[in-house]
Amino acid sequence: MVEKNQHIISVTVENRSGVLARIAGLFSARGYNIDSLAVAETEDPTVSRMSIVVRGDEKILEQIYKQLNKLIDVIKVQDLTSEEHIERELVLLKVNTANSNIRNEIVQLVNIFRAKIVDVGRKSLTIELVGSRPKVEAMIDLMKGFGIKEITRTGRIAICREAGKEK
Amino acid sequence: MKGSQIIVECLKKEKVEVIFGYPGGVILPLCDALYDSGIRFILTRHEQGAAHAADGYARASGKVGVCLATSGPGATNLTTGIATAYMDSIPLIAITGQVATQLIGNDAFQEVDTTGISRPITKHNYLVKSTEHLSRVFKEAFFIARTGKPGPVLIDIPVDVQRGEADFVYPETIEIRSYKPVYHGHPLQIERALSLIDSSRQPLILAGGGVISANASEELRKFAEKTNIPVALTLMGLGSFPTEHPLHLGMVGMHGTRYGNNAIMETDLLIAIGCRFDDRVTGKISEFAPHAKIIHIDIDPASIGKNVPVEIPIVGDVKIVLSQMLKNCPKPKIKEWLEKIQQWKEKYPLAYKNTDGLKPQFVVETISELTQGEAIIATEVGQNQMWAAQYYKFKHPRTFITSGGLGTMGFGFPAAIGAQVARRDKIVIDIAGDGSIQMNIQELSTAVSEKIPVKVVILNNCHLGMVRQWQELFYNKRYAFTCLKGKQPDFVKIAEAYGAIGYRVTKKTELKKILTRALSHNDGPVFVDCHVEPEENVFPMVPAGASLKEMIGGLA
Repeated sequence: MVEKNQHIISVTVENRSGVLARIAGLFSARGYNIDSLAVAETEDPTVSRMSIVVRGDEKILEQIYKQLNKLIDVIKVQDLTSEEHIERELVLLKVNTANSNIRNEIVQLVNIFRAKIVDVGRKSLTIELVGSRPKVEAMIDLMKGFGIKEITRTGRIAICREAGKEK
Repeated sequence: MKGSQIIVECLKKEKVEVIFGYPGGVILPLCDALYDSGIRFILTRHEQGAAHAADGYARASGKVGVCLATSGPGATNLTTGIATAYMDSIPLIAITGQVATQLIGNDAFQEVDTTGISRPITKHNYLVKSTEHLSRVFKEAFFIARTGKPGPVLIDIPVDVQRGEADFVYPETIEIRSYKPVYHGHPLQIERALSLIDSSRQPLILAGGGVISANASEELRKFAEKTNIPVALTLMGLGSFPTEHPLHLGMVGMHGTRYGNNAIMETDLLIAIGCRFDDRVTGKISEFAPHAKIIHIDIDPASIGKNVPVEIPIVGDVKIVLSQMLKNCPKPKIKEWLEKIQQWKEKYPLAYKNTDGLKPQFVVETISELTQGEAIIATEVGQNQMWAAQYYKFKHPRTFITSGGLGTMGFGFPAAIGAQVARRDKIVIDIAGDGSIQMNIQELSTAVSEKIPVKVVILNNCHLGMVRQWQELFYNKRYAFTCLKGKQPDFVKIAEAYGAIGYRVTKKTELKKILTRALSHNDGPVFVDCHVEPEENVFPMVPAGASLKEMIGGLA
């Protein structure tokens, strides 16, 4: 269910203030779209990794790759879409639970999806779900039927598969 | 050592001879340290002038230009100059003062987010948060500014960092793990390029500003002569190849020569060297060089394949790549192509109707003749810039100083001042318009007090000429906001009021005499106000968005 022309790019950068602004500024100045962006420190505290989901044809992707590389603080740019990789997104969903029947139904679905219930209110459940994009989308779609009160997503992060590298 | 003194020592280590700048509150510690440092400080009369002067200094010398301003309005006034340098890849260090670190973010007096504002117009920038970081930052900044694709680097220094104490140890070498420009062309790509050149029948070189910034003019000439391939130039490439050379095809693009543009439209192999296919060069991109395969040599991978599809990309320093190519240079069979080009040259020469009136083109031609192509020519932006590009016969690189990418009016005069500071041995002339010159006219005061003998030749047509030309051609002659008849100051009196010399030329017959006299002054600036024919247009011309074959105007 990967959307057409959607790519997940992994960018390792110097862990310094202002770097995020440089990256974000580059995308806005050149009119590229960011679907999501997640960033945090890596195993090396001087380096951060950004996982950026972007859309664009081959030419735009090439420019994004080159322009990112041109930034002094960017250490490495990798388009993971073209490699064997694992993608995950974390979602917190607050769903309406009008009665116990519905509550049971949701709990079942949560089990099927191997999600977790992390908070229980009188009229709502908060679900934590980690998964690939298709799984996340499927879960959200199902929950829409019950009425989603609130949703927050991290955006996708990704890492290359070791098996792919060893080939 | 005090932070401000550390900065001075860093500048000395980088062999900085001159700084163009303007003092202010939070840059005072540094100004105080510079006062008796031995580094020349040229006080401009506006921070924009400082940035352009540092830029002109860099373009004329090949060294890194340095400008300085205080926080807030000082920094924002620098930005047009920084953006100008950024677009043309000019190595520049801009030093700005910043409010004290504990005040940053508090909307303090004269505080702006300088690094935020300058981020998209610098190659890199720094906010120095500790005195201990100063020497590393300066080392990196100069390294980044002058290597790879050169560009401006801004260093924002809070006042307390200038006042703080730290040990001064200047790093001997520098290693930035995320910044590794590629200088040598890939041998396989070079081999492929040479074989394409060998089999081409109508090849054409298109040389841009990259040839000049890489100091590769000599290699370009050798390459052209060995292969016998004609050389077209972009605006930024002017000077990289001698105008009088038989293989020279002049400038191409919107106001390029017909023969140059024809060659682009018919070439089967375009060898683009240090240029980036700006829209002013390509015209309608889908119809640009329709029969050509393109070899693109550039230091900047992002410039390759950005605007036009490229057959053979070669990332590297133009000078090194050309040297690599020269080792095994083919000589394609192109006799017929050269004959065809010669015919175009004869049929469509660059020409204008030379009447009894004072034509701006004639003024430029006369300057060219009097200086024998040996002067440094700076320009403003507009018609003056195009006529200078078309009619001055450049012989050497770094002698044409113009804002190509950003197109900054008001650039030429301060840039000429910077160029003259770099090259005291050369005649430096700013070819200006009556509109542009007023955008930084305050720098007359700088030139007078520093005894900088820049000549400013104003092609005064009482209009914002290039815009007027577009209105004449594309806006039904509705001259909105472009006519300055009766609204112009007396430029001779202005010059005199500043303590400079002013001449006025109203007749063609007196031009040569007055210009000769103007060129002979050597102890301060001279204004030559030339009252040229007001309705003259820059031709030939490719209308914006049209293909290069759709040229209008011109004699032929």
